Amino acid sequence: MPAESLLTVDGVSLAIRGSSILQDISLQVRGGEIVALIGPNGAGKSTLVRVVLGLLQPERGRVWRKPGVRIGYMPQRLTVDETLPLTARRFITLGMPASREQVRAVLAEVGAERVLDTPVQAVSGGEMQRVMLARALLREPDLLVLDEPIQGVDLSGQYELYDLIGDLRRQRGCGILMVSHELHLVMAATDHVLCLNRHICCSGHPEHVARDPAYLQLFGIDGARRLAVYHHHHNHRHDLRGTVVAGDSPVPARSAMPEEQGIPPRSEERKAHG
Amino acid sequence: MDDFLIRAMLGGFGVALAAGPLGTFVVWRRMAYFGDTLAHSGLLGVVLGIVLNVNPQLGVVATCLLVALILVLLQRQRRLAADTLLGILAHATLSLGLVALAFMETVRVDLVGYLFGDILAINVTDLYWIWGGALLALGVLAWLWRPLLAATVHEELAQVEGVPTFPIRLAFMALIAIVIAVAMKVVGILLITSLLIIPAAAARRFARSPEGMAVLASGFGCMAVGSGLWASLRWDTPAGPSVVVAATALFALAFLIPNWSRRQTGF
Repeated sequence: MPAESLLTVDGVSLAIRGSSILQDISLQVRGGEIVALIGPNGAGKSTLVRVVLGLLQPERGRVWRKPGVRIGYMPQRLTVDETLPLTARRFITLGMPASREQVRAVLAEVGAERVLDTPVQAVSGGEMQRVMLARALLREPDLLVLDEPIQGVDLSGQYELYDLIGDLRRQRGCGILMVSHELHLVMAATDHVLCLNRHICCSGHPEHVARDPAYLQLFGIDGARRLAVYHHHHNHRHDLRGTVVAGDSPVPARSAMPEEQGIPPRSEERKAHG
Repeated sequence: MDDFLIRAMLGGFGVALAAGPLGTFVVWRRMAYFGDTLAHSGLLGVVLGIVLNVNPQLGVVATCLLVALILVLLQRQRRLAADTLLGILAHATLSLGLVALAFMETVRVDLVGYLFGDILAINVTDLYWIWGGALLALGVLAWLWRPLLAATVHEELAQVEGVPTFPIRLAFMALIAIVIAVAMKVVGILLITSLLIIPAAAARRFARSPEGMAVLASGFGCMAVGSGLWASLRWDTPAGPSVVVAATALFALAFLIPNWSRRQTGF
């Protein structure tokens, strides 16, 4: 059941002050679909998001948004000046007016009800991401655009947030375009991955992208750490299926964390249901 | 009380009422130096008013708007940082104003009055201008309050949510220009920014909402005008600077008294 397209980007190119940032990018987000943009720093992810949102005009190509589509946007990082007295509730209603109960309900949906009357400067990083998500959700969006939604969130919070985003897609049926810089983090929730490094290196189902040589090359250059995470992830999946003996993989201490957070089981779960 | 004193009070209150809420935005948007730059160009506006034979306040508003537009255009290039540009424009326009004044041999201008204010010389016509400008600025600010606040917190997010951020920014600059024009008579070109910044900064500690901070800033501004004028009469000090000193004393006091609102504001 291919849902209707909410957003279609077709052959977009953009150069800023002579240097090419985006080359011939095409992508599509349909209702109920989660599309992840991954890529190293400087790959043009945020620029592409700004083009999608209409904040930047591409030099070539076109961006089509379904007429009347409501977009909920969650920017990359947001700090409110210390001099501005603003509670989370007021921050959320800056996007659109809403009653206290409406704000409470949308905060409850993202699991941050307790910060309703907290000054935004006193809200923790992870809670602030949820507050921003709540502000985006209040608009009843058809399309959610999330720029690095887990930035500044501790590791357990990161997986919780991705879980939440997956839930939102199921419950609200909205399309989601999100930016991340690590594939293994978004794998569980994502339908389609675009690996971006100014041009699209590879794209497809997350499992497919994870095995793509272009992906491995792109992230392999970044150093052993990401590769270690990737290998570990792969091993762990085998563990769950029971087809690979648990003890045979040399797991670096650092990458033991995803195991504790239990991301691969979720990945399995999704596949079973979806 | 003497008539001139009543007029001075009324004029000062009018300016303080408008400067408070607008000043909170100047503080939130970190535009103190921007306000200073516009104010410095005010003298050029006075000359323009004399040359064109219109009210100096109109000349000031026009010049400030022009300088604001030049700044917006110059900020599009990225070779020079914003504060460098502001520094150039602030002093270039002030000096241009002084030079232009020197050319006007036939007109006698009270330079010190323009630079540091002449609140005790406010006449009834001035009062009309001050209250007209202040009420206009307050009305437009109230009308723009929500979108301006949204754009202050995060410009791009506001834009995605449908706020016309560029026109709003221009309108905000126009409001600052109006307040500078009406405040010139009270504290003078060189001290105007203090009436925008200091009451707003003093109000921060007691405010729990943006609106509360704006109202408090107006109140603190009026208190500064009242006590500054009183001190000026009592010790025969220049009135404009006395108002600014009074505002600063209020600001210091606000930080010295016990911190009863800390829990709620997180400040």
